[in-house]
Amino acid sequence: MTVLLYMLLAAVMLACAGLAAFVWALRSGQFDDPKGDAARILTDQEEPL
Amino acid sequence: MSALTAGCPSGLAPPETPGPTQDPSAFVTDFKGKHALDIVVRGASCAGCMSKIEGAVGRLPGVDVARLNLSTGRLRVEWGGGLDARRILEAVTSLGYGASALGGGDRQGDGRAAERQLLVAMAVAGIAAGGVMLCSDAIWYGQDMTDETRTLLHWVSALISAPASAFAGLPFFKSAVASIRHRRLNMDVPISLAVILSLGLSLYQVSVGGQQTYFDAPVMLLFLLLIGRFLDARLRRQAYASANALAAMQSGTATRLKPDGAAEAVNAHNIRPGDFLMVAAGERLLVDAEIVEGRSEADLRLVTGEVEPVPAGAGQMLYAGSVNLVAPLKVRASAPADRSLMAEIGRMLEAGEQRKSSYRKIADKAAEIYVPLVHGVAALGFVGWLLLGASLSQAAFVAVTVLIITCPCAMGLAAPLVQVVAAGRLFREGAYLSSGDALERLATVDHVVFDKTGTLTLGEPVLTGDCSREDLQAAAQLARASRHPFSRAIVKAAGPGPLAVNIKELPGKGVVGQVDGRLARLGNADFVGVKGAHRSSIWFAFDGEVPARFDFDDQIRPDARQVISDLRSMGLSVELLSGDGADRVQRAAESAGIETWTANATPQSKAQRLETLQHAGRKVLMIGDGLNDAGALAGAHASLSPGGALDVARLASDCVYSGESLSVIVDILRIARKARDRMRENFAFAMLYNAVTIPVALLGAVTPLIAAAAMAGSSVIVTLNAMRLSRIAPARGARR
Repeated sequence: MTVLLYMLLAAVMLACAGLAAFVWALRSGQFDDPKGDAARILTDQEEPL
Repeated sequence: MSALTAGCPSGLAPPETPGPTQDPSAFVTDFKGKHALDIVVRGASCAGCMSKIEGAVGRLPGVDVARLNLSTGRLRVEWGGGLDARRILEAVTSLGYGASALGGGDRQGDGRAAERQLLVAMAVAGIAAGGVMLCSDAIWYGQDMTDETRTLLHWVSALISAPASAFAGLPFFKSAVASIRHRRLNMDVPISLAVILSLGLSLYQVSVGGQQTYFDAPVMLLFLLLIGRFLDARLRRQAYASANALAAMQSGTATRLKPDGAAEAVNAHNIRPGDFLMVAAGERLLVDAEIVEGRSEADLRLVTGEVEPVPAGAGQMLYAGSVNLVAPLKVRASAPADRSLMAEIGRMLEAGEQRKSSYRKIADKAAEIYVPLVHGVAALGFVGWLLLGASLSQAAFVAVTVLIITCPCAMGLAAPLVQVVAAGRLFREGAYLSSGDALERLATVDHVVFDKTGTLTLGEPVLTGDCSREDLQAAAQLARASRHPFSRAIVKAAGPGPLAVNIKELPGKGVVGQVDGRLARLGNADFVGVKGAHRSSIWFAFDGEVPARFDFDDQIRPDARQVISDLRSMGLSVELLSGDGADRVQRAAESAGIETWTANATPQSKAQRLETLQHAGRKVLMIGDGLNDAGALAGAHASLSPGGALDVARLASDCVYSGESLSVIVDILRIARKARDRMRENFAFAMLYNAVTIPVALLGAVTPLIAAAAMAGSSVIVTLNAMRLSRIAPARGARR
């Protein structure tokens, strides 16, 4: 059953990676303006209309 | 192209009427060697708005960053070079959006950091709860598992649960320690105990090879509670930001005279005592000041509640919130020590704060019953099992399971969740709550005291009585040149039209000018040449002709009568407390249907009246907007102020409501009462739940599976009950 040990280790590491990704997203302001980001995807462009 | 239409191109919000733009240069901050300004934008609601605004501002010379946050309605602009900040505001307002510069965002930054910390703690607890639950599932259902595998899973659970609880539990541990230090008990004490004990018990069990572990309990408990805490923090920050935006709409800047005579715009926070300021006609004073030069009239509606403007001349003190009406004034800002009224109001505010902090919240009351009870039962169980001949570890196990199963989870969530949902509901009505316990205090009031000017009434005089159409039109030609509230009322009644020529406005007297080629006067009785007339009327006459009289009244808000009768039907008594003259107050009281009224009240007598009422056992709700109400607002059991209120009044009150309608007051009270009911139901449910689970725990029949299911189940029920609050319909919709 040593395979269980690897699996558990992998699972814990994956969870930590997920947590780290969330904290990174939070720190970099991904959740600061959900409404604006949803709208911005429609308008962001280099050239003016 | 879309940029041609004013306001939101999708029509989601009406365009704002462009008003005079303030000078925002005092709010400009230095940011990484560039200039930066935060602007509150009103009316932006779609992608089109965003590209219009960002495009227009971005095209201004030197602008590097123009980013509109659509969720918060804030526009951040950063630029280099000598661009006048006023042009940025003008660029936004010319598109049909409202814009005002935002100053002093420091406190908001703090709230954001705390909220972020709670969110990270919640994420840690949530992920840990998921991880531990995977292991627990395997343990509970893996019947043919070998003991070695089971122990391994226990250790993995411990490895996840212990550090995660230590981190995510910090906010609770800190609060519990602080509360014990003050020799009081709050809900965080049993929560912290449950977390620490369930971890300790489980670690002990694993180390001696036992199978009854509760590693899922602490992380799940913390996860559920942190959801409540986080929502609470976010809502409070949003409410604070919205109240801030309301303030930004009317916060102005002052014009300071430098020693060399040049003028510069300054933020109110940066005005120092002794500074010389120029106050233009129509401008609001931001600080208390003494008049040095000039003769004018001052509108003291927000300061004393008087509708009638008073003459203002050199040597006189004017308080913050007064509006200069006629001619520019040069004033000297005064030091805090010599403003006796402000110092007095400051003392009243402090006394009020102290009284409020001694208020005992429902949750704290519940904790004071709950904690000794549950801990007593746990101790009894421990002793009982020992007497029955159980081993020390067996008895301790029973005692600890009692503490875990009584699960402060439902208890801990009972009040905060209701507060969050209620505050969110009020937020949609445009009412911003300052604290959770404000809601509880609002629910218990039995007497409502209204301020008159600006609260019960519109706060601006309205033309009453009959006057001929010709007189009105002729008088309006003179009135259009004046900022006097009576002149504004005449102009409002007359509508748009021409302006007289050769106009001169004489402070304390009136306006004189040429109307249709003839000399005419509009002003008080002496000025126009009438003897012994009523003070709150003004007169108009062509030279040598019979004067015509104009009467004014401070009109009550259209829904005031309805709101007063609604409040009565809720079992509340109502009274009017005003600083204005007796005849006006009586008229307002009569038309609103209020029987008890007091006129000519000073700030001190207002606060005193409230004290008398509260000594008589009444729980008073004070509603007011002026400087003279601040002491009463702070001293009242609960208090409300409209969004247009002075800063002092807004800070002193529990809840700020926006909009012109009074019916929101009825909504606030109804929602507060409903919220109190929900809280009581939640606590009753939590008690009932404990009554069922404690005996089970005392019998030693609790398994980790039962504990986990009970904890999650009770939390869900408490949450759902709190959610019912958000479905309350506003009073207006329900009645008509």
